[in-house]
Formats: sequence, structure tokens, C-alpha cells
Amino acid sequence: MRRDIFQAIADPTRRAIIALIALQAMTPNAIAENFNTTRQAVSKHLRILTECELVKQEYQGREIYYSLEINKMKEIDKWLEQYRKIWENRFNQLDKVLSTLKKQKK
Amino acid sequence: MIANLEFDFTVNKAEKKVFITREFAAPLLLVWDAFTKKELLDQWTAPAPWMAKTKYMNFEVGGKRFYAMVGPEGQELWSIQKYTSITPRTNFKMWNAFADKDENPELPGSEWDYNFSEQNGITKVSITIFNESFERMERLLKGFRQGFTATLKNLENLLATLSQK
Repeated sequence: MRRDIFQAIADPTRRAIIALIALQAMTPNAIAENFNTTRQAVSKHLRILTECELVKQEYQGREIYYSLEINKMKEIDKWLEQYRKIWENRFNQLDKVLSTLKKQKK
Repeated sequence: MIANLEFDFTVNKAEKKVFITREFAAPLLLVWDAFTKKELLDQWTAPAPWMAKTKYMNFEVGGKRFYAMVGPEGQELWSIQKYTSITPRTNFKMWNAFADKDENPELPGSEWDYNFSEQNGITKVSITIFNESFERMERLLKGFRQGFTATLKNLENLLATLSQK
């Protein structure tokens, strides 16, 4: 199932998880200790974040460590910047249309 | 002149909202028309080299605009807009969704809120876009990326040339 990356970060607990593991890779248990919720709930959040490829899992012995996919986070900013540029470009086109309209009115 | 006009683009990812503000060196009436009349909308809403083509538009509450962004190779990206509220020359709201060529909307859509005001001959337009899903924005962007990158490159070159003069 393809997950919506922005839906993933719309949840406050998932944002808090991202903030936590941005500092260091952590096991699900260590992450869960920071939240007033069940280990199962944290696992569910981690699964969603993993499906979005926002976090990656690494096995160290029998433990799974979760860490942040920095590049994926950068990707979000990159496409927002492109979206901004589309608007910039669009408005420059509108400037031209408006200036033509103004001349016609005179 | 145009360089002094405000342009602000911010995104609140958590709220899934995009805020856009832009000033235009034109009276409010003209700017309002440019956002609400199909023959004018078609002149500027598609990022070049794409073209906007409105099949029909009824600008009234409950009315719709059905239009396509047409690419340089003839590819068509259809969308439907439904007007949910209109206060002439001040505000209008609409719902926007991608569609196929037979007007079947693709859910989820997005909600748009446009505000217009004029001061000293400068018209300010503020737009709030609420996306139920940011994925659709991502898709929109992918569709345009190719042609758009080329346009940006041209613009960059032009700006570089201009700044050397």
C-alpha cells in the first residue's frame, strides 16, 4: 500500500518520533518510553513511517534500531520549493495579462 | 516596479495547508476578473509551455469550471472546480479535484479560499489551499516537472543576462 507521506507527518506522535530519532537511532522500546501510550501504538506509528520511507530499520544483533531517512525529509522540502516556483511563474504570467488588460482599458 | 510586489508562499505541513500571498500592480476589478473569467484564467494559470483550456465555467455558487492543463505534446490533465461561496470582488471559495476527461473527479480534492483587497492601486490576493492529501500536490508537480524545469532554466539564464547589464 502506497502511503501518503504528508499524512504520516500530520500526526503529532509521529512528528515526535521523527524528532526523537533525528538525534539518534533508537529501538521501539526506547522510543515507547518517551510516550504515554502502548508499545503497540508506537509500533503502528513506526510501521507507517517505515512504509513512507521516512525512517529506516537496522538490525543490530536481535534489536531493531529505527533512524531517520534524512534524504526523504529533504525531498519534501524540495518539491515544496518547486511548487512555490510554479506559483511564482504563474503569477509572472498573470502580471503580463494584467498589464495588457490595463492598456486595453485606456 | 514588479520587483517590489509582495510574494509570500508558506506551507504548514501539519495542517496540510498552503498559504500564498501576491500583490499585483493593477486595480482590484482587473485582478478579480483575471481569477474569475475563463478567457483570462486560460491565459495565465498553466505554467508555460503548458496551456490551460477551460471547457466550460459557471462562476456562481454551486457552479463549476471544467478545464485541462494541456502539455506541449498534447497530454491533458483535467480538473474540476466547484464554487462553494462567492462575495464579489472580495472573496471566493472553491473545491478542486483532478478528473478524467469525462468529468469524473478523483478524490480527495482540495479546498481553496481566495481573498482580494486593494490599496493605492495595488491589489493583494491571499490564497489558502487545504489539501486533504498532499500526495495529489506531489502528483501535480510530477506532471509539470519536465516542461517546467526547462522554463525555469530559461528564466534563470534570462535573469543572469539581465543582472550582468
